[in-house]
Amino acid sequence: MASFDLADNTVRELNKHLHGAVTDKVTVDNPGGKHSVAVGATDAHQVEINGNVGYYCAGMNAEASVVVNGHAGPGLAENMMSGRVHVTGSASQYCAATAHGGLVVIDGDASSRCGISMKGVDIVVKGSVGHMSAFMAQTGRLVVCGDAGDALGDSIYEAQLYVRGTVESLGADCEEKAMRAEHKQALQDLLDAAGVTGVSVDEFKRYGSARKLYHFNIDNASSY
Amino acid sequence: MVDKSWLKESATFSRPVIREIQRAAETGIYDIRGFGAKRHIPHFDDLVFLGASMSRYPLEGYRETCDTSVVLGDRFAKKPITIDIPITIAGMSFGALSAQAKEALGRGASKMGTSTTTGDGGMTPEERGQSKYLVYQYLPSRYGMNPEDLRKADAIEVVVGQGAKPGGGGMLLGQKISDRVAGMRNLPKGIDQRSACRHPDWTGPDDLEIKIAELREITDWEKPIYVKVGAARTFYDVTLAIKAGADVVVVDGMQGGTAATQDVFIEHVGIPTLPAVRAAVEALQELDMHRKVQLIVSGGIRSGADVAKALAMGADAVSIGTAALVALGDNNDIYEAEYNKLGTSAGYYDDYQDGQDPAGICTQDPELSQRLDPVAAGRRLANYLNVLTLETQTLARACGKSHVHNLEPEDLAALTIEAAAMAGVPLAGTQWIPGKL
Repeated sequence: MASFDLADNTVRELNKHLHGAVTDKVTVDNPGGKHSVAVGATDAHQVEINGNVGYYCAGMNAEASVVVNGHAGPGLAENMMSGRVHVTGSASQYCAATAHGGLVVIDGDASSRCGISMKGVDIVVKGSVGHMSAFMAQTGRLVVCGDAGDALGDSIYEAQLYVRGTVESLGADCEEKAMRAEHKQALQDLLDAAGVTGVSVDEFKRYGSARKLYHFNIDNASSY
Repeated sequence: MVDKSWLKESATFSRPVIREIQRAAETGIYDIRGFGAKRHIPHFDDLVFLGASMSRYPLEGYRETCDTSVVLGDRFAKKPITIDIPITIAGMSFGALSAQAKEALGRGASKMGTSTTTGDGGMTPEERGQSKYLVYQYLPSRYGMNPEDLRKADAIEVVVGQGAKPGGGGMLLGQKISDRVAGMRNLPKGIDQRSACRHPDWTGPDDLEIKIAELREITDWEKPIYVKVGAARTFYDVTLAIKAGADVVVVDGMQGGTAATQDVFIEHVGIPTLPAVRAAVEALQELDMHRKVQLIVSGGIRSGADVAKALAMGADAVSIGTAALVALGDNNDIYEAEYNKLGTSAGYYDDYQDGQDPAGICTQDPELSQRLDPVAAGRRLANYLNVLTLETQTLARACGKSHVHNLEPEDLAALTIEAAAMAGVPLAGTQWIPGKL
């Protein structure tokens, strides 16, 4: 058990501790919107942050479980490899950008470009996401219990998107897909893992790649 | 037989121009190719050294020491790199290049005590294993990016742009996406893979400062962090990179190569290496950061003369890409018949994007890749690097310098007014630097 009060301790001291080999329970107080809080964790630490964090909290996280009791700035859990990141408030832009694995849960809303270039991560947003979310999303799953902004899934590859509310518009090469039994089961598992209750998988629509732009073709130039 | 000797070719509509118009009309798509800018632009060839004479004395070529070592990244990093020669290998991806070619680059660079660089597509074990110093590129696509490899790297290079296409992303065409390449990039096999032109989680120099701090935190402030920019608004770009916290700034001129970019981009975006070096050095000097933040220059470096001139203008080291591939075996005459089948010829081949490189370098075809022996090709690269180093030392000694970093702009003169203006050195035989009083 370790605790860091970022009013007195430095972010460097915290991160150095998290890069140690011993799994630990770590409490972080007074983050005060600081950047790079709990980045690059290398083991299954359990980190609880009480307050708001700035850019790149839990960036490149591997194995650790990070809870932010507050809001998160841009680039939360960017390039995360595994583990779990849970924000009780809302997350700013680029949430879980390029993340390869693990689960990111946002109790509030996520801003624009949530899941941009995601590479295998699962993201569950209990509120809504902003424009250009899942832009160039490669693999992984994004669940939005609220609404999605403009150009959802623009230039998407193989990622799967589930949205319960309205979608302002779909981006290039993104289309609505059939919601089959296996998708409903997968979605239910994700909702359960994220602790979402009171919603039915039947309320969601599934979106993914139309795969029409996978090979550059001059006839598709107007689609870009 | 028509006697063509009296035919007058248009300077505006030359035969290559006419052929390109015809090709565009036939296909409806722009030309995508590899290599760098091919048209004539002011370059280091337009500069000469003022060897020692009455006012300077030279060093003895075969006796007196001329040091070539360079320390990179000692501004903030706990573990800066010391390379033995002022020449590094530029970033080129596994995907664009075969695994054998990447291994050969590592072997050649390591033999000469210098670094090689990953590229867009992640780090391969072959390359890491054979590279004494490996720079891990941090690119917009983040293909293959992971913290484990980040910690294995000797330095991290945040790529903002490259000289062949400042402001542009990339496209690795489906024919080069093998199972292994696809796996490393988390994408299906055989589809065209776009490399984004902007980073997904930061925009602008203020964000970059925060991003660099994050990378330092993840790697415990050990690794030197480079920032690479394509040469365009170089003075401002270098100023902002320094402000953002870079240990090393890499400036890539428009002659810099690429594996796949539109020809119109390669030939018409960015500025030549020559003025870019001067602008970068001015930015460093204005911030009192010259020699504190190191400057690596790339784009069209071919000889020790180019290396020495870049250093004399104020660079700390240079980086080579295209020349390194040629040293490995690219565009070699021995494959002339096969180049002909592809509609080209040795010395002209630039279709790196197609994945059919007869030399086994710019391909993922297992049969073609196996043609390149990484050990032999690595030895050729080491030989070439050795020649560049010897040539650089020769020129430095001729100017009386015991370290290649002691070369200075005063050792140079320009052969053309354009070069004098761009490099900021006097026109030969005069004291005149155009643009300066």
